[in-house]
Amino acid sequence: MTVECDVLVVGGGPAGLAAAACAAEHGARVVAVDQGARPGGQVWRHVHRDHLPALGRDWIARCERSGVRWIAQAAVVDGSARDGLVVVRRGESFVVRARRIVIATGARELFLPFPGWTLPNVLGLGGAKALLDSGMTVRGKRVVVAGTGPLLFPVAAAVARSGAHVATVAEQAPLRQVARFAVGLVDHPGKLLQGVRYRGAFARTRYHLDTWIGRAEGNGGLERVVLTNGRRTWIEPCDLLCCSSGLVPNTDLARLLGCVVHDGIVSVDEHQQTSDPCVYCAGEPTGVAGDAAALIEGEIAGRCAADDATLRRGSPLYVTRDRWRRFATDLAAAFHPRSEMLERPDAGTILCRCEDVRCGSIDSRWTGRQARLYTRIGMGPCQGAVCGPACQLLFGFAPGAVRPPLGAPSIEALLPATTSSDSM
Amino acid sequence: MTSREFEIVVDGRPIVVSGDATLAAALLNAGVVHFRTSVTGEARAPLCGMGSCFECRVRVNGVAHQRACLLPCEEGMIVDTGTPSMRTQPP
Repeated sequence: MTVECDVLVVGGGPAGLAAAACAAEHGARVVAVDQGARPGGQVWRHVHRDHLPALGRDWIARCERSGVRWIAQAAVVDGSARDGLVVVRRGESFVVRARRIVIATGARELFLPFPGWTLPNVLGLGGAKALLDSGMTVRGKRVVVAGTGPLLFPVAAAVARSGAHVATVAEQAPLRQVARFAVGLVDHPGKLLQGVRYRGAFARTRYHLDTWIGRAEGNGGLERVVLTNGRRTWIEPCDLLCCSSGLVPNTDLARLLGCVVHDGIVSVDEHQQTSDPCVYCAGEPTGVAGDAAALIEGEIAGRCAADDATLRRGSPLYVTRDRWRRFATDLAAAFHPRSEMLERPDAGTILCRCEDVRCGSIDSRWTGRQARLYTRIGMGPCQGAVCGPACQLLFGFAPGAVRPPLGAPSIEALLPATTSSDSM
Repeated sequence: MTSREFEIVVDGRPIVVSGDATLAAALLNAGVVHFRTSVTGEARAPLCGMGSCFECRVRVNGVAHQRACLLPCEEGMIVDTGTPSMRTQPP
């Protein structure tokens, strides 16, 4: 089966919703492919639409009104801009051919391994938010929130509002960097106000700066986390630890399509066009800047992909976008992992969770390719999505080449339909 | 707003879940902390919550390696947790 359209949008978060809606409103036949069961991506993941912030509800409704054909629970696994993209949905594959493609694949979390990070009930920051937004209940639990950046605030607030006790919030960045970032927020009063509102939800919890995780401990499950600020080390008993060390743009699809990616970020021009004139990119893959930036970039990408000739350099949309690009630079400068977090963990700490490769198995003289061949690191189902960015930072490995299929589709999904008699 | 509730079967035991939750959220709410067994025998549970880490894999209606964080609960789902990973399975 082949689906034909003018614009194919990959990803259903803020950038993808805005790109799809705006392209359709400008006359394009639009197909959107998203992994989630409902539109919204990670930021606007929801069980009931009326639990979403008004902005999220409005964009989802606008996208529905615009006539976008939304394909949920589907993932792009292979293809090219010219011949179309192979999409897998519920164990079956089909091709979507489009004149233009908008990549809006968002970001995932950066996990730097520490002893105990593989224990059940150690979740990502975004992971905890995603699970809460998917119906997880944490009422009555004692929770530690640790990591870096503005994401600590909505996560701690969501945990507190769900009836859990937020024992501690720990930010690894030093006071000097956080203070400089906070001063810069005067250019983004909306973000500042949002931050204050989130802080109100966990007002009685101490927000430690310069503090990071030493290790997590427990017998079969998490029982406590050891925090440190370099001078003092203390134990926080907890039932749940929400932690990560930042966000990593998802650039696999861009790289599969041959778009230029520099330092982990997809290169785009002022129209959000990548090095391939048929392919646009919006949101976190062009540099982590959050949902407001993603919406503006999505709108620009969608309208340009639909050949809207009224958009040009200097238009207000572009000026706002450029302001958010500066916000991305400020974020990256304030919340990069501190040197103590980039020290190699103990030999026994697991680095690759799929293949259970421990830090001690990796020889620092190896290249990434040698490490893969000798230890199977990064060769499990996640294909290095989790350990890959950590290995780049801890061991200086170059990112591996992207090979189709992306993700881990079942072989049956990629084969032509077979009858039950020849399926053995 | 209240949502529809129904039963799914987890490791042979019926549990009542909210029909809107993902399977990962429902299993965590039911106290499951052992979603899959790692290649060296460790218990693993969700990490990323959004489909990229593959730690929440369970067997659903006989189909192995389903990411629970991406699956909405469906009435009558039969879920097996803690199953060994590919390489430790007998041929």
